[in-house]
Amino acid sequence: MASDGHPRIAFGAGAPAALSSRSAPSADGGGALGGRACQPEPDDAVVDLATARQVSGIDEVLDAMEQELVGLAPVKTKIREIAALLLVDAERARFGLTAGRPSLHMSFTGDPGTGKTTVALRMADLLKRLGYLERGHLVAVGRDELVGQYVGHTAPKTKEVLKRAMGGVLFIDEAYYLYRADNERDYGQESIEILLQVMENQRDDLVVILAGYKDRMDTFFQANPGMSSRIAHHIHFPGYTLDELEQIGLLMVGQAGYRLSPAAGTTFRDYLGRRSGQPRFANARSVRNAVERARLRHASRLVQQSGAPVSKDDLMRFEPGDFLASRVFHSGSGDAPAT
Amino acid sequence: MRITQGTFSYLPDLSDDEIKAQIQRALGQGWPLSVEFTDDPHPRNTYWDMWGLPMFDLHDAAAVLYEVNECRRAYPRHYIRVNAYDAARGRQTVALSFIVNRPPDEPGFRLDRQETADRRVRYTTHSYATERPAGARYQEAR
Repeated sequence: MASDGHPRIAFGAGAPAALSSRSAPSADGGGALGGRACQPEPDDAVVDLATARQVSGIDEVLDAMEQELVGLAPVKTKIREIAALLLVDAERARFGLTAGRPSLHMSFTGDPGTGKTTVALRMADLLKRLGYLERGHLVAVGRDELVGQYVGHTAPKTKEVLKRAMGGVLFIDEAYYLYRADNERDYGQESIEILLQVMENQRDDLVVILAGYKDRMDTFFQANPGMSSRIAHHIHFPGYTLDELEQIGLLMVGQAGYRLSPAAGTTFRDYLGRRSGQPRFANARSVRNAVERARLRHASRLVQQSGAPVSKDDLMRFEPGDFLASRVFHSGSGDAPAT
Repeated sequence: MRITQGTFSYLPDLSDDEIKAQIQRALGQGWPLSVEFTDDPHPRNTYWDMWGLPMFDLHDAAAVLYEVNECRRAYPRHYIRVNAYDAARGRQTVALSFIVNRPPDEPGFRLDRQETADRRVRYTTHSYATERPAGARYQEAR
């Protein structure tokens, strides 16, 4: 193991005595780590919340969220509320009014593809700007990364992940898999206990976000009341409406450098309507897959129409045929997976 | 006698905030850190016991400080140090190693002189602490 080659010991009183006076700059020039509020403001002072907002730069994150994420109105409202609370808390601390650090652990529930991971990423950024996290990175894990395969394997594994996430956000996807009600000896329970302990004791260093389907998360919280009570913010991600799905699809098409011909626009909306009624519909993720498949068909259509020169517009434009080839339009039954 | 070893040995003991800042700097350089402890701090004893495995892929000093505090809880009267290893090509050595915990009283060392042939003298540093068996050193005085 690593060990220093020649550790030194200074013997005798003489040598260190000359140096032990606190003269070294690193001793007190510790730098950025010091707390805020060393001297409370007088009672009659006023603080400017607008300036504090500007300095922290949270508006950039919130505005970016507003513009880049379609729909999700209740989620955005909730996050604005949390941001406001944290901002006000920071200002209160300047007057010496400390209510303790608020609990920031969250649970995100919602169907697949409703933007839980994306929002968690922005949340990490937001908390960093507000000074509640040192780094603001996101560590996304599932059951496999937390739970071990044999006795004594789980604790070190979970701790390893927790240490990796410190200073940032630990995002546990499909958290309910940690708890298996049917198997008492499942190691998931051990992992939950360590998580709870760290969520309680290391609140300053780590924010845990649990994510998953709503109904299964509810069962999970019922079986683990300790977990439920330590999570302050339960945020539900509603599914997207057809209009929102279309908007998301157009955004994706635009970002990939394509556009829809007017006829293709109608077909696309029709496609989304049919697809969202089918099983295994994963909201924005399904839209992304649909766009990817349309790109594929668009490319092969251009390659097959040999001879004719291809303009820039041709390279960018989706036609209805690119969507109509999908199985969604052919099979009447909703059982077959869409391609 | 206060034992001084490793980096910052010329400074008074670092506070937790200072330790955290040093750890953060090491992480910033991309050095993995490890925590080690011993009750035999002889200068030539380079092999201290490992507190868990070296820690890779960390971003924040809080994680290392957490392990340091766990180690302090288990061995409050041992010497504990933090090592940072620089794996860069051409260096591949411990880049930073400093003591973060020490027993409240340190009995120190004695210098033994041994007469050998031709009046030559051999010197030995003898740690008073090692007069007790390992594990029983640096205990509360009874």
